[in-house]
Amino acid sequence: MSAVARANRLTPYMFLAPATVVLVFALLYPIGYMVYASFLDWSPSQRIGEADFIGLRNYANLLTDAAFLESFWVTIKFAAVVVTLEMIIGVGLALLLDRNIRGLSLLRTIFILPMMIAPIVVGLMWRYMYHPTVGIFNRTIKNLGFEQGIPWLSDSTWSFIAVVIADVWQWTPFIFILALAAMQSLPRSALEAAEIDGANEWQKIVLIKIPLMMPVLIVTLLLRLIDAFKVLEVIMVLTNGGPGLSTEIVALRIFRTAQEFQELGEAAAMSNLLLIMLMALTIGMFMYTKIQEARTARMLKAAQAEDE
Amino acid sequence: MPKIQLDNLVKRYGDFEVLHGINLEMEENEFTVFVGPSGCGKSTTLRMIAGLETVSGGEIYIDGKPVSGLEPKARDLAMVFQDYALYPHMDVAQNMSFALRLQKAPKSEINAKVKDVAKMLGLTDFLHRKPGELSGGQRQRVAMGRALTRDSSTFLFDEPLSNLDAKLRGQMRAELALMRQQVQKNMIYVTHDQIEAMTLADRIVVMHGGYIQQQGTPAELYKRPVNKFVAGFLGSPPMNFLDAELADVDGKLVVKGSGFQIALPKECAHSLPAAAKGPVTMGIRPADLTYAPDASDDQSFHLQVVVSEYIGAQSVLICDCAGQKVEVELKSDTPIALGEQLRFEVNTDAIHLFDRETEAAL
Ligand SMILES: Nc1ncnc2c1ncn2[C@@H]1O[C@H](COP(=O)(O)OP(=O)(O)OP(=O)(O)O)[C@@H](O)[C@H]1O
Ligand SMILES: [Mg+2]
Repeated sequence: MSAVARANRLTPYMFLAPATVVLVFALLYPIGYMVYASFLDWSPSQRIGEADFIGLRNYANLLTDAAFLESFWVTIKFAAVVVTLEMIIGVGLALLLDRNIRGLSLLRTIFILPMMIAPIVVGLMWRYMYHPTVGIFNRTIKNLGFEQGIPWLSDSTWSFIAVVIADVWQWTPFIFILALAAMQSLPRSALEAAEIDGANEWQKIVLIKIPLMMPVLIVTLLLRLIDAFKVLEVIMVLTNGGPGLSTEIVALRIFRTAQEFQELGEAAAMSNLLLIMLMALTIGMFMYTKIQEARTARMLKAAQAEDE
Repeated sequence: MPKIQLDNLVKRYGDFEVLHGINLEMEENEFTVFVGPSGCGKSTTLRMIAGLETVSGGEIYIDGKPVSGLEPKARDLAMVFQDYALYPHMDVAQNMSFALRLQKAPKSEINAKVKDVAKMLGLTDFLHRKPGELSGGQRQRVAMGRALTRDSSTFLFDEPLSNLDAKLRGQMRAELALMRQQVQKNMIYVTHDQIEAMTLADRIVVMHGGYIQQQGTPAELYKRPVNKFVAGFLGSPPMNFLDAELADVDGKLVVKGSGFQIALPKECAHSLPAAAKGPVTMGIRPADLTYAPDASDDQSFHLQVVVSEYIGAQSVLICDCAGQKVEVELKSDTPIALGEQLRFEVNTDAIHLFDRETEAAL
């Protein structure tokens, strides 16, 4: 093989090299570090080299740790509830506003605002609104003539509802925007055909619009789900997991394990479990998009073959 | 009472007026064909009848009732869209049965109907494919099938066969002709295809630039076009137009131009207004010119062959008549050479004369 040919064969790898280096340092190193840390009994006063290697003990402990399991359950509950509500409200709003009304673009801008506020600020904002005496909700309730305000952040059921409301407020716009974009790129003529075929508004939504939007909706749902599993700041500011463990989601539990209980190894193990869950969701999403792409490609090929 | 009536129908997009007052009456069970050049407003008219476009002026009546305020589904129409408009997420069978399923028709009836129509359209093998898995022509047939499974009183077809190959198009045309003999329906059909228009139509409506130019039976439009546009639009190869002059020569009315002077029949002379003398445009269809080496001078053209286009049994000769182009049809086995001068006899009854300025028929 000539030198030129050899150089040519190596060229692709040279292009890959910088990306690989970045990948190793930016991704694999921290993750590797975290995996290693999860096998240690490590407190923040020690350097990592001084910590005791305890194998899988951290993981074994976690599986019997009622507080951790509770936080896992709270997270799942939280993610399921907020994503369901956000999908329903977001897609519903998009269906309502999917027409050529004036001021739609202004409306869209207003709708995006909650998404652009830093989560800490969102948490603080809602915390003031939920304030038992001076918060807007309880003041309104009092003004309406009710004696008792709602114990927004001090009752375990209400505090869960409170964090759900804050999250729905912040993230419904995300789904609304994506759903609206998907809806406005639907083939108009198929909807016209449905009208001619006698479909009413509701049938058009259920039989044409939603099925055609499904690919976008599923990706949106998965993105939101992944995000909901990682939620931290808003809840930390609003309830800090309380009262009791009623709103303590996994991310918060991890934070407290490291910060308050000084168990870095255990926190790392928790992070890894969360990571595995999120990876499963992400892989699910990629597989879904891959399957969709493959299907489209197959369709195109079949159609071209027929055209001959 | 006409089944469908368009009364001074106007369509504007913003300031841009697309239809300028369309008046048309379609009788019960009539097959109406819209023809016209691209962009003349055929689809727009059809979509307004269907209720997919708002009416900017005038009114549409179906069975004598104004419908411009009615939803499409209240108008009892089936439609084949120019761009097919299939449901991408449904397979062929589901596409075709959508309307019936909405009407909650019994399953067995739906299946039978879909099977029937699919067979007629040659779609039986594709019933379980999605539109994305079909070729253009197959999709178009599905679009057609979706309308034909419906039991509507009126069918709107927007160029339903435009994407099929010649053979399939011929088959479909025959199927359509057969179908309309069997089931009496109102049909409005848009096409660019002369043969479809001529063979299928009870009434042809020629549109141009948002106006109706002429409407009538195929024979009426072919034989007595009201203006140069209609004359040139119908018929293939198209009518020849020659600059000429209408004049009296030796007491006989003749139409003469550079390189020809043809005597018109007596009846013709009587029916023409006296003021018509002077510059005119003469129209003559290629089929009304016959190769006749011995024809007399005042009944024939002397043409030089420039190009010969072989199209099978016939050839179309593009000839030169003292600087003006004339097309004639000729049996392909006639021995001729390019550049040769040939004599073609004119069927003088088939001569059309148009005002040079207004282009209206004289
Ligand atoms: N939504 C629209 N906005 C503005 N102009 C439009 C719109 N739809 C159609 N037009 C215009 O209206 C005119 C008529 O269009 P139409 O689709 O009815 O033509 P057509 O006769 O069906 O032509 P074709 O044979 O190419 O299908 C065209 O000049 C077109 O540009
Ligand atoms: Mg059109």
